[in-house]
Amino acid sequence: MLTLEKRPQPSKAFAYLTPIFAIVMTMIFGGLLFMALGKNPFEAIRTIFWDPLFGEFAFYYRPQLLVKGGPLILIAIGLSLGFKAGIWNIGAEGQYIIGAICGAGAGLAFYPMEAWFIFPIMVIAGALGGWAWAMIPALLKVKFQTNEILVSLMLVYVAEQLLASMSLGLLKNPDGHGFPGSRNLKDYPSAFNDEIITGTGMHWGVLAAFIAVIFAYVLLNRHMLGYSIRLTGEAPRAAKFSSVNPTRIILFCLGTSGALAGLAGMFEVAGPSGQISIDFNSGYGFTAIIVAFLGRLHPVGIFFAGLLMALTYIGGEMAQGNLGLPGAAIQLFQGMLLFFLLAVDLLTNYRIKLSRKEAV
Amino acid sequence: MKFTKLLATAAVALGMATTAFADDKTKVGFVYVGPVGDGGWTYEHNKGRLAVEAEFGDKVETTFVENVPEGADAERVMTQMALQGADLIFTTSFGYMDPTINVAKKFPNVKFEHATGYKQADNVSVYSARFYEGRAIQGHIAGKMTKSNIVGYIGSFPIPEVIRGINSAYIHAKKVNPDVEFKIVWAFTWFDPAKEADAAKVLIEQGADVILQHTDSTAPLAAAEAAGDVIGFGQASDMAEFADGPRVSSIIDDWAPYYIARTKAVMDGAWESKSTWDGIGAGMVGIGEITDKVPADVKAEALAMKAAIADGSYHPFTGPINKQDGSVWLKEGETAQDYSDDGLAGMNFFVEGIVGDIPE
Repeated sequence: MLTLEKRPQPSKAFAYLTPIFAIVMTMIFGGLLFMALGKNPFEAIRTIFWDPLFGEFAFYYRPQLLVKGGPLILIAIGLSLGFKAGIWNIGAEGQYIIGAICGAGAGLAFYPMEAWFIFPIMVIAGALGGWAWAMIPALLKVKFQTNEILVSLMLVYVAEQLLASMSLGLLKNPDGHGFPGSRNLKDYPSAFNDEIITGTGMHWGVLAAFIAVIFAYVLLNRHMLGYSIRLTGEAPRAAKFSSVNPTRIILFCLGTSGALAGLAGMFEVAGPSGQISIDFNSGYGFTAIIVAFLGRLHPVGIFFAGLLMALTYIGGEMAQGNLGLPGAAIQLFQGMLLFFLLAVDLLTNYRIKLSRKEAV
Repeated sequence: MKFTKLLATAAVALGMATTAFADDKTKVGFVYVGPVGDGGWTYEHNKGRLAVEAEFGDKVETTFVENVPEGADAERVMTQMALQGADLIFTTSFGYMDPTINVAKKFPNVKFEHATGYKQADNVSVYSARFYEGRAIQGHIAGKMTKSNIVGYIGSFPIPEVIRGINSAYIHAKKVNPDVEFKIVWAFTWFDPAKEADAAKVLIEQGADVILQHTDSTAPLAAAEAAGDVIGFGQASDMAEFADGPRVSSIIDDWAPYYIARTKAVMDGAWESKSTWDGIGAGMVGIGEITDKVPADVKAEALAMKAAIADGSYHPFTGPINKQDGSVWLKEGETAQDYSDDGLAGMNFFVEGIVGDIPE
């Protein structure tokens, strides 16, 4: 009979192996799903995982991986800090929206002036916007012990209403014939978050994501604050005794994740998306939660997880367009990835033991 | 720009490849904002796609990607279709406007058709339907049928298209029932069954016994059915499955003739950029079967109005009509212009008698 036995120490090997294991399982079961839909599973898996990287049009898709993965990584890095400390910011989507509104708003306030300082101001405004939005659940938690999961999640819907209001009112393009949506920042050079090197997909937001990965790594491994964050999550009682200030940790973790989500929104609206519109947000803030866990809350892991997630999006679209797979099948496929990850995660902390049934 | 060149070269190379190997197949791509199973907006566009396939059989190959968020993702999906050799791409949501223009610039040999927008280019046409013509008929039936004199209206977003619909329905309801009152709820979504159902319930609780909807799911009809003694209309699609229940008629978007004509134009090399805004007359807007719940005389009047709109003898916006603030919009006998300062295209005001503000 199979029984589960708790490992005395979480297995290091499995901590690294489980994501790969989960990906393989997803491919197998995803393949079965595609087969059930009457598609060639090998072709489908190849289209999703191989073609964007090495297919005929990889020159276009590789940069797109960065464009799609950049915001995911940036947001997930911020979230992972909180998650490590047991602080659950589920509302990154809202902070992303507010960051975009503040960033775009700051830029459009200068329109049509051209100056070098406009873009840096937008960056600061975006980060501050996201930070401020995350401070609401943070302060409520610190002051009134409210649940930050609920508050931050609910604030996503508030942010969405605000976004609609901005696209229909304050930020509406005056030359837009009454249609909703702001001016397109791509047509405003001082505010446009262009590719740093043309054709690479590398815009300032992607660079910011890379820098965030490095900073998070240093913070968690070389810095006292990072140690306090880890301690708070892993051993709250020990943290208390070693004079870690929980209020400070909460404010820092929520604030940082909010600021990074805000930055992601700002870079997105100023670059790939181009404008504030009613449907500007497309779920980066929620997908980043998956990315954070897929990356084991480790900065380097998150980096790869973000790119992997981007790959499933881009490959998924290709599978829809080229093979006629339904969009829902792709979403199911992405869901499987998280499901299997959490399932095989068990093996990090437990081991399976073959034990003989004891005689009665 | 090097990247553009690269893309263009690839497109040209691919264009030559397709002409060499499959010169008789025209590839048509469709980008959808919702799922093909939404039962409304996207469902009807997909029906148009299937009609293209049925019409041309082996001579066309159609592909689609559903649930594509507006913004950077849409741009990538369109680029992907163009790279894969699409000759013609239909982008079926207002929010795809700027992405369509951007991608069209990179692929001058691919034809694009953008629904409900206003930005044209040499290889970008725009098309939309005069849904407000159908709304006039709905308003007439609603005004005649309501017993509580309260008509509930679920708006999606306060954009010109939706505002036109509200005005048109209100004018024609008021004409046959001076006591009628419109209650408007903004759902701020095109497709969200839960929100739409909530909106319908709120309106019914406020006494509405007719529900008009400008959102795409069947949820409001289901809510009307549950409440009993409330009628509604199919939106975008016939929604005939509710014909035994609350649905008394519908506005149907019929894109098939247009899609077939445009595909044919590409095949014949006769495609050129143009702006199309067709209504009942051209068959782009259909009125679904009016059920027996509607008294015979009301049905006859509604059909007479439909015929008059179709042959052009009646314009739903014929003066005298005042704006909400009491100022004159259309003088006696004057009909609304499509494109002018107070024209239909950018309509952003309510007509006199409607209570409430357009949200900003």
